[in-house]
Amino acid sequence: MSVHVNGGQAEQLPLEGVRVIDLTLVWAGPFTTEILGDLGAEVIRVESRQRFATSTRGMLAHPTREIVRASGWNGRLYPDLEPGERPWNRHANFNSTGRNKKAMTVDLGRPDGVEVFKRLVAVSDVLVENNSAGVVDRLGIGWNALEPVNPCLIMISEPAFGNYGPYAHFAALGNNVEALTGFTMLRGYPDGDPTTAGQSYHMDNVTGAGAAFAVMLALFQRRRTGKGQFIEFSQAENMLPHLGGPIMDYLMNGRVWGTTGNRDFIRVPQGVYRSLGEDRWLALSVGSEAEWRGLCRALGRPELVDDPRFLTPAGRRAHHDELDAIITEWTRSIDHYEAMRRLQAEAVPAGPVLDDAEAYADSHLEARGFFQPMTHPEAGTHPHPGHLWQSSRGPLRFDSPAPLLGEHNAYVYRDLLGLSGAEFERLQAEGHIGDDYVEGIP
Amino acid sequence: MNNTSPPGPLQGVRVLDLTWHIAGPYCTKLLADFGADVIKVERPSSGDPSRAFGPFPGDRPDAEQSGHFLHLNTNKRGITLNLKSDTGRALLLQLAARADILVESFSPRVMPGLGLEFGALSQQNPALVYCSISNFGQSGPYRDSRSADLITYAMGGPMYATGIVHREPVKLGPRLMEYQAGNVAATAIMSALLDADAGRGGQWLDVSMMETQLAGVDRKITNLLGHQYTGEIAGRDELVLGVLPIGSFPCKDGFVFFTVFTNFWSRFAAMIGQPELVEDPRFTAPGALFNPERRVDIDELFYPWLGDRTRQEAQAAAQAFHVPGTAVQTAADLLQDPHLATRAFWSEADHPRAGRLSYTGAPFRLGGGATWALRNAAPLLGQHNSEIYTGELGFSAEDLVRLRALRVI
Repeated sequence: MSVHVNGGQAEQLPLEGVRVIDLTLVWAGPFTTEILGDLGAEVIRVESRQRFATSTRGMLAHPTREIVRASGWNGRLYPDLEPGERPWNRHANFNSTGRNKKAMTVDLGRPDGVEVFKRLVAVSDVLVENNSAGVVDRLGIGWNALEPVNPCLIMISEPAFGNYGPYAHFAALGNNVEALTGFTMLRGYPDGDPTTAGQSYHMDNVTGAGAAFAVMLALFQRRRTGKGQFIEFSQAENMLPHLGGPIMDYLMNGRVWGTTGNRDFIRVPQGVYRSLGEDRWLALSVGSEAEWRGLCRALGRPELVDDPRFLTPAGRRAHHDELDAIITEWTRSIDHYEAMRRLQAEAVPAGPVLDDAEAYADSHLEARGFFQPMTHPEAGTHPHPGHLWQSSRGPLRFDSPAPLLGEHNAYVYRDLLGLSGAEFERLQAEGHIGDDYVEGIP
Repeated sequence: MNNTSPPGPLQGVRVLDLTWHIAGPYCTKLLADFGADVIKVERPSSGDPSRAFGPFPGDRPDAEQSGHFLHLNTNKRGITLNLKSDTGRALLLQLAARADILVESFSPRVMPGLGLEFGALSQQNPALVYCSISNFGQSGPYRDSRSADLITYAMGGPMYATGIVHREPVKLGPRLMEYQAGNVAATAIMSALLDADAGRGGQWLDVSMMETQLAGVDRKITNLLGHQYTGEIAGRDELVLGVLPIGSFPCKDGFVFFTVFTNFWSRFAAMIGQPELVEDPRFTAPGALFNPERRVDIDELFYPWLGDRTRQEAQAAAQAFHVPGTAVQTAADLLQDPHLATRAFWSEADHPRAGRLSYTGAPFRLGGGATWALRNAAPLLGQHNSEIYTGELGFSAEDLVRLRALRVI
């Protein structure tokens, strides 16, 4: 039975009535504000027509079809690989984290723009930004400039290494931060080194959840003190506590952990094993004697339980390679879902490595209603990944697609900030307000 | 240990913590470190299985010196309670009646089996926030399936796209999915606490570790919605970002990590002392920087440069040219890292058995007065039994002796 007690949305979501200014880019920041929007906050993205933040609404504002098709990965993510007339409204990156949000444009590089921004700050509760350290201060919209405008404001900055210290101004992307903070060294194959780790990351994910947690702590505190605050959120420091094991082993024993592949420090055997089919894989992990005996039964090798090599976890660890070979002998001729079924029937933790198409087709996720259709006016209708958790009060918000660039300019400038029609037209003529990028942006 | 530190923003919030292993305890560590009064409930005699995880000083197993347990349970008070006994359940009901938050990470059948499901507890305490952390969630065909960190990443995370072509997919690091799920659970709890605090009552939160991966930004941006848009499947393809150096590279004393996107090409060329490369037709032809054959050319230019430099030298050179290049560090490096030292990241606490140890510091820094603090090290097994059962629930010392004899605590 699902924890949902009724079909629709919760009567009132936790952050309803909270207005969030979203000055974020790339992944980590937009994920933070996505969570706040899912919880009912009114999230207003503040974007610029004069600067295109790469990796946010795509890699380029105006990629040609040829560039898209020649690109790898992030540069390709347009419906049917077609960038369309307004590519910035069609990129999967932005359209994935943009749900429930509104969007306005303003040029923060000019005093008029800063003035508009401050008027928005005056009527908002939260400001989230993940620009490089120092950027908002240079624009004149750092905490010291904004606190007088709105003492109830909660501002969170998410610089990679924090606002000060030797690395604060490093040129570094998320994966560089993971390298400096000890994560990269733990990746890759046991017979290799971190050069074989590929391109998957931990940081953006945990910044989103961690920063949303931080904002809500401050909102909780504001109810008691009536005051806002500035939160310095170093993405590096937020994830360092996730290395409890390696840090403690170094402190206690001077031991340095390296690449461990798919093995675990407690559970044994554990690994990812070739399954029937092209590039299909099964993940399996044994953590107790009962699970070990279950594995031997599922493999059709009950005699392994009495094999002197495998009598204890220490023995199984010492002979892990031999166990891997035995397990692969069994898995390679079985479909990965079927192997999961047989192993789970013996209470052995196991599951397939799911590719994107398989995740969308998975019966469990379907039963839980995880994917939900969303229609975007310029990108079409697609099933989107759902929420991070479910609540008995009803589903979190999933009610509007990612906003088009400048889509809510009239709402923000006229309704929210109360600008006159003449002021609106002036700011439009001066290039602050619009639904595209100014000329000259590639 | 710092008992003079300012209070945390969650001071006065009471958490009943029934979690074990990593995800749940990390969730309640976040709450405790920010000031909540977390009462950790453990099984009598063996306690939380993470007490057996180690690492142990000198590799000598000791339930009171497990590095994982010490790390994950700072600032909590600890009691023992046998939930399988009627008396134990009755005690838990008393504790839940006075809690703001209950967190549990058992298999989904366990709490209902004990009569301790959300419905039962919210009846006596309608404002209770009840958070369940599980492998696959509280519903659906996999509800009762077994899992582990590796399987969470396999089924929910981007594991299919992690690793290299022709080899098996590989995990992201030791138990990182569990930490991530704990972080998400703490976020869910804060949202529910804001609701309860506004008089809107309690709620049951269903945190599926699998879905914390699928709904995370990495999986859905790079893969899931992208797959819907393009019909392509993200795999373990090394060349998706082009042929310029992206990844770890060996140098004189270890590895350095470079992220040279194609728009950093000229800076990279300057960094390796060959600015003329940006005019080189091998690299200027359309699509050249995505042509796998060019990778060999780049590597031939780059590896000699790397071989002449230590991690620190390579990092300094990269930063001088604004190229994202940083050292690949280990835990040993972190403890001596100048940046973390400047920022006074590490905290210390005394523990009666493990002694004085460094602990990771605040995950973020609040500017509003109330703050994160390492107030106390992790509790010994049952350390606060008498404080909580007699001091707060009103039992007599004789009652405690009787409960011990009955193996309830």
